[in-house]
Amino acid sequence: MILSVRDLKVSFRTNDGLVRAIDGVSFDLEESEILGVVGESGSGKTVSLLAVMGLITDPNAIIEGSIRYKDRELVGLPARELRRLRGNEIAMIFQDPMTALTPVYTIGWQIAEQIRAHRNISKAKAMERVEELLAEVNFPNPHEAMSRYPHQLSGGMRQRAVIAMALSCNPALLVADEPTTALDVTVQAGILDLVRKLRATHKSAVVFITHDMGVVSELADRVMVMYAGRVVERGTRTELFSDPRHPYTRALLGSIPPLTGEKPRRLPAIPGSPPSLLRLPQGCAFGPRCPVQYEPCVADKPDLRGGTHAAACYRVAQA
Amino acid sequence: MIDSPILETRSLGKRFSIGIRFSAEGKRTVHAVDNVSLTVRRGETVGLVGESGCGKSTLARCLVRLYDISDGQLLFEGDDITSKSLSELRPLRRRLQMVFQDPSASLNPRRRVGDLVAEPLRIHGKLSSREITARVAELFDLVGLQPDHVMRYPHEFSGGQRQRVGIARAIALNPDLVVLDEPVSALDVSVQAQIVNLLADLQEKLNLTYIFIAHDLSVVRQVSTRIAVMYLGSIVEEGPAEEVFAAPAHPYSQALISAVPVVETTPNGMRKRIILTGDVPSPLNPPSGCRFHPRCPIAVERCRSERPELREYRPGRKVACHFPTT
Repeated sequence: MILSVRDLKVSFRTNDGLVRAIDGVSFDLEESEILGVVGESGSGKTVSLLAVMGLITDPNAIIEGSIRYKDRELVGLPARELRRLRGNEIAMIFQDPMTALTPVYTIGWQIAEQIRAHRNISKAKAMERVEELLAEVNFPNPHEAMSRYPHQLSGGMRQRAVIAMALSCNPALLVADEPTTALDVTVQAGILDLVRKLRATHKSAVVFITHDMGVVSELADRVMVMYAGRVVERGTRTELFSDPRHPYTRALLGSIPPLTGEKPRRLPAIPGSPPSLLRLPQGCAFGPRCPVQYEPCVADKPDLRGGTHAAACYRVAQA
Repeated sequence: MIDSPILETRSLGKRFSIGIRFSAEGKRTVHAVDNVSLTVRRGETVGLVGESGCGKSTLARCLVRLYDISDGQLLFEGDDITSKSLSELRPLRRRLQMVFQDPSASLNPRRRVGDLVAEPLRIHGKLSSREITARVAELFDLVGLQPDHVMRYPHEFSGGQRQRVGIARAIALNPDLVVLDEPVSALDVSVQAQIVNLLADLQEKLNLTYIFIAHDLSVVRQVSTRIAVMYLGSIVEEGPAEEVFAAPAHPYSQALISAVPVVETTPNGMRKRIILTGDVPSPLNPPSGCRFHPRCPIAVERCRSERPELREYRPGRKVACHFPTT
């Protein structure tokens, strides 16, 4: 077991009261496994992984629960020890590669710096390693790319450079937050291919956050669907996509227009919009938009019960 | 009148000069849109697809004359409007409208949405203020907003509702043609379908013609009757949406469509994927011959030297390739 998160809760103190961004998220991750986390904006998918990375530094944040990485508790770990893990054993890729790259240094310099922050090797040795890494992430001309500045690269190439940086210390855990959302589909296809290849060669476990069901279904071994700070459904890829149980998962899958076959005259749309975390209903957060809501859903929040495939829904529990 | 063209472009081009005053290269030109001939018929939806930087948004802006056109002609109902002056264009503006990607950027945050929707009516219409109020209420109802929402400010709405306001504004003057530039891209997945349905309903009710730009190909397929695939400023393939998606003829369209991740319910039902190597070349320095040849899996010597024209290889299907898959 690489990562084990138990009952994670993240709240923020705001002027409008306490906002619970994450409300009791639990999941496990095995070696070289890809976990897909799907959800819309505000569902808490990013915040939960920032918590895992120890990147929530807001003094108004309250983090509860347990995050165990290889039997080490990360919640409450001193910043210095977290820094030793981050970038070394745990790496992260963000949506916009420019936020991870400084515009004033070359790609090669930046990746070498990251290696030398964690490994005691000479600059020349680090540069050699950079060239290897850039070749691994399919830079057509790695040696030349090392002397390039971020603005001289395309979006897809920048994201590859960031991936090379993330891989530089052979991380056991790679967290990718919407790494392909800003990219074109043809470029996205290349990056997804790369993530699959790296999982095979580096044996890294990957948490892949996205809002795109299609991406998850092509990449992930297991999937976790989030809504308003809670996990509403989890399962293996096959379980989740061939037998979606939670009304939200079903509705979300149904509202994606098909790429082949018959065009529906109208798309089955989900009414309303995702709730504000400041005004969450007492019961199930999806309740007001749910086609099968009934009394128990209004009174209390349904829990995610055990088993590999589970949905947090009273209707499913009843069936 | 079903088949009469409402909008037509003839070898339309848009050049931008990027004059970096003190650079060694001096002034250079980018052909953002190059030699586009497209016919849009009344009542249809033409989807424009392509990767970022392919010129689809620039073309859209040329079509409503938000940009001046550098080359070729633009015809609205057979009338050449390529170089009409702004005052001559004014009566046309009400018939040619546009919806933008980010509704929070296109709506003035300091004005109530009722006023924002009423503005085109005040500028173009000859309505009394009571008639304007009534029309705004009617428009709000059409796009699925509550009547009391008129008093709200844009920030009080969710993204989907804000896009409804943007749509209400675009249809306020009963336009004939609406150019939609990525209207659902900024919205949450669960809200996209609502807006797609709303656009379809409005098209039916108001007999609108759409030009729909999006990078999400499944959304484009859902709304479009015809699609045009763009690469580096030019159209490389054009045809009925479902036909092009089912059997793309241009190698670029094939790669683009195969790259879309789709939900597979069967465990091993992966589709064959064509992964393009390299990046989209800079339009500042486009490749010789066919502009797609450096990334094309089937390119031969001829593609390097001779640029293929967009030609009708089968009734209704056009492709710009020497070796289309037929």
